[in-house]
Amino acid sequence: MTTEQELTAVVIGAVTEIAPDVDPHAIDPDADLADQLDIDSMDFLNIVVAIHDRTGIEIPERDYPKLGTLNDAISYLATAQRQGAGA
Amino acid sequence: MSEFLMPSLGADMEAGTLLEWYVKPGATVKRGDIVALVDTSKAEIEIEIFENGVIDELLVPEGARVPVGTALAIVRAPEPAAVGANPATVEAPTESRPSEPEATLAAALAGAAAAGAAPPLSAPVTRAAPPPPHRSRGDHRGHASPVARRAASNLGVDLAAVVGTGPDGAIRKADVERAAVASRPAVAAPIEAPPVVPAQTAPVQTPRATTAGDRQALMREAIGALMARSKREIPHYYLQLEIDFSKSLDWLHADNLQRSVEERLLPSALLLSAVARAAVEMPEMNGFWLDGAFRPATGVHLGVAISLRGGGLIAPALHDADRKSLEEIMRGVRDLVQRARAGRLRSSEMSDPTITVTNLGDRGVDLVHGVIYPPQVALVGFGAVRERAWAADGMLGVRPTVIATLAADHRAGDGHAGSRFLTLIERNLQEPEEL
Repeated sequence: MTTEQELTAVVIGAVTEIAPDVDPHAIDPDADLADQLDIDSMDFLNIVVAIHDRTGIEIPERDYPKLGTLNDAISYLATAQRQGAGA
Repeated sequence: MSEFLMPSLGADMEAGTLLEWYVKPGATVKRGDIVALVDTSKAEIEIEIFENGVIDELLVPEGARVPVGTALAIVRAPEPAAVGANPATVEAPTESRPSEPEATLAAALAGAAAAGAAPPLSAPVTRAAPPPPHRSRGDHRGHASPVARRAASNLGVDLAAVVGTGPDGAIRKADVERAAVASRPAVAAPIEAPPVVPAQTAPVQTPRATTAGDRQALMREAIGALMARSKREIPHYYLQLEIDFSKSLDWLHADNLQRSVEERLLPSALLLSAVARAAVEMPEMNGFWLDGAFRPATGVHLGVAISLRGGGLIAPALHDADRKSLEEIMRGVRDLVQRARAGRLRSSEMSDPTITVTNLGDRGVDLVHGVIYPPQVALVGFGAVRERAWAADGMLGVRPTVIATLAADHRAGDGHAGSRFLTLIERNLQEPEEL
C-alpha cells in the first residue's frame, strides 16, 4: 500500500517527466492539469503509463476524466489501490 | 573519397552549428548511422550518414556554425575486408530507411534551402583550418544527466569545467546552472559565430549553443521565415469537411479495452493513418513543388506537427506511415514527440516529410486553416473531436465529429482533387478496422 504522500510524489514525478519545465510547487492541485500545464492527449497517455509503471494501477480509458486535477488524480489512485487491495 | 555535407534539415534551415561529433577519424560507419549532433535554429538534430565507409577526417570542429552544404567530414570507401564480394549484400535495404531517390531529393531540398543563402559548397575557411583538439567531453558524458547536458548546451557551459554534486560526483542540472551564473560572460555569445575559431584559441571559449531565450527567438525567426515564404510563394486553397467520427471512436474504445496501458491508441493515430492511406491513392497531394514542377514523393512520410513546450513548432517525418499499423503509428508518434521535446530528432526525419498533418484538437479549436510547409504541397488539419448535431437518414442526432481541413498548393492541383482527398480521408475513418 502506497501512502497518499507517495501517490502525490508518483503523480508529480509522472507529470514532471513529461513536462520537465514544470515547477512542482507551482501546480495548483485543484486546477485542471491539462489546461494548467499545457498537456495534450499524448502527454496525458504518457502520464497514465508512467503512473502504471510506478504503481501497477491500470487506469481504464473511461476513467481518464476522473484524473483532471492533481487532487482528483491522487484520490482516484488511492481509491483504486484500496479496491485493488481489498479484492 | 567523398564529402559528408551539412544537410538541410528542413526548407527553413540555412546553417547549422556542429555541437558534437559522435565519431572519430578512423571510425567505420554504415548508412543510417548517427555521426553528429547539429543545432539548427529550431532544434538539436542527430545527423545520419548516407553511405558506408570510414571517417577519414573531420573538417568542422565542434562549436562551429556553417552553411548548409558545407563539407563536414571526408569519408573514404569501406576497408576492403569489410566489403563483401557483392556490394548488394553490404547494403541490405532496411525497411524504414529512406531510399536513394529520397536521399537525392533531400540533396535537392538542401539546394533549394540554400538558394539565396551562402553558396552551399564554398567553405574555404572551414576547410583550411585544422580542427582544434577535441575536448574530452566523452569522459564526462557518463557523469552528467541528460538534463544537465542539455542545460549545459543551452547555457553554453562546458561540462568539463563543472563540479558535480550528484551521486559519484555526477553533474546535475543545478550544477550546470550554478556554473553558468559563475562564468556568465559580460557579453552574450554571438549567435552567428564565425564558422571556425582559430585553433590557438581555447576551444572552451567557442560559443557552443544558444540560451533558451535565444533558442526561442531563433525558432520564431525560422518559423517566420518559412511561413512567410509559404504565404509569399504558394497560392493556397482551402477546403473543409466535417466527418462523422463515431465509428472510429467506438472502434477505438472497444479496441483499447483489449490493450495494455502502454499499447492504447489515441484518436490521432486513426487520423494520421487515414491521411497516409488517402495520400497513397492521391499521389498529387504527396510530394514537392520544386523548380516549377510537382515531384511526387516515393513514400508517404507524414510530417507530424508537434508543438514544443514553451512555444515553437516542429514537424518531423513519420516514415512510411501508409505501411504502418496503428500500433506502429502510435509508437512512432510517441517516439517523435519525446525526441522532439528532448531535442533529439534525426536528420532524415527533418528533411523527409512529404505531406504534413496538424492536429490542434487537443487545444479545443474546431478547425485549422493550415499554412503549407514548402516545398510540400498539402497540409491536413484536424480540429477537436466534439459532439455536434448531425443529420443522417432524415434524422437529427448527436455524434462525435471532427472537422478536417486541407490547405493545398494551387500550382500543383485544383480544389476538385483536394475535395476528393478529403472525402477519401472521410471514407477511411468510416472503416477504422481497415486502418
